[in-house]
Parts: sequence; structure tokens; C-alpha cells
Amino acid sequence: MINQSLKNLSQLLASKAVSSVEMTQTFLDRIRQYNPDINAYITVDEEKSLAQAKAADANIAAGTATTLTGIPFAQKDIFCAKDWKTTCGSKMLENFIAPYDAHVITQFNNVGAVNLGKTNMDEFAMGSSNETSYFGGVKNPWDLTRVPGGSSGGSAAAVAARLCAAATGTDTGGSIRQPASLCGFTGLKPTYGLVSRYGMIAFASSLDQAGPMAKSAEDCALMMNVMAGFDARDSTSLNHLKEDYTAQLNQPLAGLKVGLPKEYFADGLDGDVAKVIETAIAEYKKLGAEFVDISLPNASLSIPVYYVLAPAEASSNLSRYDGVRYGHRAEEYDDLMEMYMKSRAEGFGEEVKRRILIGTYVLSAGYYDAYYLKAQKIRHLIAEDFKAAFKQCDIIMGPTVPSTAFKTGEKTGDPIAMYLQDIYTIATNLAGLPGMSVPAGFSHDLPVGLQIIGNYFDEARMLNVAHAYQQVTDWHTAMPKGIA
Amino acid sequence: MALDNSDIKRIAHLARIEISDAEADKTLTKLSGILTLIEQMQAVDTTGITPMSHSQDVVQRLRDDVVTAANQRETFQANSPAVENGLYLVPKVIE
Repeated sequence: MINQSLKNLSQLLASKAVSSVEMTQTFLDRIRQYNPDINAYITVDEEKSLAQAKAADANIAAGTATTLTGIPFAQKDIFCAKDWKTTCGSKMLENFIAPYDAHVITQFNNVGAVNLGKTNMDEFAMGSSNETSYFGGVKNPWDLTRVPGGSSGGSAAAVAARLCAAATGTDTGGSIRQPASLCGFTGLKPTYGLVSRYGMIAFASSLDQAGPMAKSAEDCALMMNVMAGFDARDSTSLNHLKEDYTAQLNQPLAGLKVGLPKEYFADGLDGDVAKVIETAIAEYKKLGAEFVDISLPNASLSIPVYYVLAPAEASSNLSRYDGVRYGHRAEEYDDLMEMYMKSRAEGFGEEVKRRILIGTYVLSAGYYDAYYLKAQKIRHLIAEDFKAAFKQCDIIMGPTVPSTAFKTGEKTGDPIAMYLQDIYTIATNLAGLPGMSVPAGFSHDLPVGLQIIGNYFDEARMLNVAHAYQQVTDWHTAMPKGIA
Repeated sequence: MALDNSDIKRIAHLARIEISDAEADKTLTKLSGILTLIEQMQAVDTTGITPMSHSQDVVQRLRDDVVTAANQRETFQANSPAVENGLYLVPKVIE
């Protein structure tokens, strides 16, 4: 059951071969067995999950079920889920019980899906290895000495180790796609504004976007049908016509024009990863795709631009943690100022503090034009690069990450080396474009992801492009050794 | 531009994060590295380029000024470290 597609799981439930309670229990048992080693989940609440499963079974019996009714999903601990502890991977929110549901959670609840638990993540989604979590790092199920990527590392490990049917994640600079690449599954970051940010704990609001993390493109499409949609409670939510993301899955790829940005195949890309990507490109040629060379001349500026915009927005967003209304409050203080200073010093981890300080600096008096405004202008140039590229092609392909999963502790002392993990993913966040990572093979037994970037609102076509590949390859069905 | 230890302490104060001298030293090295990375931006000519915050041409939505959410004071205050009679408690700020 654990390796089945969402469609098959749905059929098992509909035919009453398996109940949602049984399915949920199967995954809960696996979490009990594997989570002590992998640390993918921060919070599991069997009672709550099973209550939802029972309700789903009643829906199925009553004939009111839809495709995802009764299927157990892992939810990244960045989404507020009513009455669930919601920590965002931080000591600051160690005891925070969400008083309401995020829009994404509501959408899953509305279709009767089961919340299997809240997954581990880098603190406030700031990190690319899950090592900044207050609740400890997550192990990569393919090699327990390595990181799963981040920030959605818990969701990634849960999908890879089959500790859920599928999971949600969020992606500010690559936090869905980089762990999808490192853990060998399919992840999609939608067009900015397609999935509501309501109740999703804010990191960098102009970049944050939620998306599905699942075994296949088809699974991602089914989840997108639930997750996407206008929500007035998110001021940047787009009033885009509701689509069926499964509708185009089986379109032939003949004549598809794929752009290969030369900047994504330059120095810094691991040779073995490059070979895997070249093999995937050859497979696409067999499927009838045509390839053109393109250029994203400002792509190399993505990281500097991102490390102005994201920390600036984070420093503003995280100013809400003052130890007054919620969150950690220091034990001892003499006055209000000291209460703020101590509560925040104790409640935030090292990387979060570092980013708040960078953000505070670039926004401080006299520096706004030189940093934030300058970064927003270059952001525009990066978006224009993509606009020009999409005049030559329908889809862009390249590696998701320059290398495979690295060893735990390998990059923790060097923030910039860690930041370079996202060198191929950040530009799409800056441009607001959708991006995917699809399993494309292995290098030294570690998964490698192929990145697929689409034009605005072109998720259905991207899912089609990924699905066609998954019909002729089986990389996406591979499971880590030791996970049975 | 080069930062020094007093800059770190000033920024930390603006961010309302207590920082010890030892932490400030460590932070200085890491922050200087990141700022050097950021400086790459200055080589780009951005004359006449408009800043971008959202990829789509959107405007701020307005809604009617009506009550849309129910009062949930008790639920929300359950997460507060200190409340009394429905009020959040903080150290005395007015003598």
C-alpha cells in the first residue's frame, strides 16, 4: 500500500478494500517504526488523525467522498492547523497551539483528507538542510548520514521513506524542489499567488509559496486541484480560474520546445549530476521534445538579490515575535525592552538571528535604496530574462541542485556554501514562476532531480511534461534501501 | 562597506535581539561574508528599471468595511505567556 499512487489509494478506499482508518494506521505504525531514526515529524497525534479517518470512512460509506477523501497527508509544520501544535521548527513557537486553520489545511479538510502529523523543517524555513530546526535535524532516508535538504526536510523524508501518502511543503528559494531532488521524489512550487499563504507562517512574503511533495507528477496534480484557488484572506492571492491539473497529463510531448539555460550547466555543477540530466534530456528527445539553448544572463545575481529581499522581509515578518501575544518569553527581565531582547535572543536560533540582522541592516536608515530597492530592480531584470526565454521555448529544464545530498554537518559552519544549494531554484521564486523537481536517476546511489520551470500558470503543462517522463522511466518509484 | 563590532550591536538593538560581545564577534565574520556576496549587485546598471515585488500586474484589493471574523479573544489569548482579565501583561512602561 505504501508505494501506491494517490489514485490507487483512492480506489482502494472507494472499493472498501481498505478503510481510511486502516490506511491511516498503516502510516502511523510506520511513523512509530522509522521516525525515531529519521525525525521527519515534529508532532504526531494518532487520536486526531484517526478521528479524521473515521469521519472519512463515514463519508465514503455515505457516497460523499471525493478523490483525496480519507488519504493521509503529512503537513509541514509551517501551516497552522487548529488545535495542533504548530512550531515552524522554532523554540519560539515550541508551545504554540494554532487557533485556526491555514487555507491549505482547510482545503485538505474540506475534501476529507487525513492530517497525519506536522513535519520537521528548518527554523522558520530558513535553511537548505533541515539542520536549523530546534527539534533536531532530519535524516535522508537514502543515506542516514546525509541531510534531506530543506527547508521542507521533514516532509521530504516522510515522502521518501513512505511515512505518508504525500506531503505539503513551502518554497521561498527552493525549499520544495531542493529536498525533492535530494530525497528522490516529485515536488512542485506553483506560480506565486496560486496557493493562499493564509495561516502559513510568514518568512519572505513576496516569495513564499506552498506546493505538493509527492511520489509522482500525477499525485502532485491531484493535490494541486485541492490546494490552488483564490483566497481573499491572502492579499497577494491571484484570482485565477480554477483548473483541473490532471486534464493535460496524457498529452503527447511531440513538438514541445524545451530551453536549456547555459548558466545552469556552467561551473559549479557536479559532473555526475550533469550526466544524469543529459540522460534525462535524451529521454525527452525520444518523447519528441525539441531543445534550444537559452540564456538567463542575470541568473548569477539571484543569490545576492535573494539574500537582500528574503532577510529584509523576514526581519519585518519576524518582528511579531515579541513574547507578548504568543511565543517564547524569557524568564527574567527588568523592563519591556529587556523582555523583548531576551525573549528574541532565546527564542530564535543562530541562522534566524543572522537573517534578521541582515534584513534589519539592509532596511536601516540610509541603506534602503542601495539594497532593498536595488535588489527589487535586479529582480525585475531576472523576471525579464525568463520572459525573453519563454519566447523561444515552452518549458525550461536543468538540474534542480548542483550536487546530491551532502553529509550532516558538512556545511553548517559556512552559510554561503549552504546558500549555494539554491543557485538553480531561487531565480524562479524571484520571478514568481512555477518550478518542479522530478527524479531523474542516481549518482553514487543518491537521487538526482531534474528541474522543470514553466511560464506563469503553466503548471498543468509542467505536470504533463513530468508525467510523460514518468511513464517511460521508473526513477520515481525507487525506494530507499532499508525502508520496506 | 565594512562593518565593525559596534555596527553589529547597533543592528542587534534595532532588531531587539540581545547579543553578547563574543556573539557579536562571531556574527561580524559571518555577516561580512554575506554582505560581500550582496555587494555583487552594485555592479549592475539598474537605471530606469522599475522595482518588482509581484510578478503579476495586481492592485491592492478592497473589501466592504464589515465584520468578517468572530471574536475569539479567549482562544487567541490561550497562547499568551501572561494574560489577566482579557488583557496581555507586560512589564510596567508608564510610571
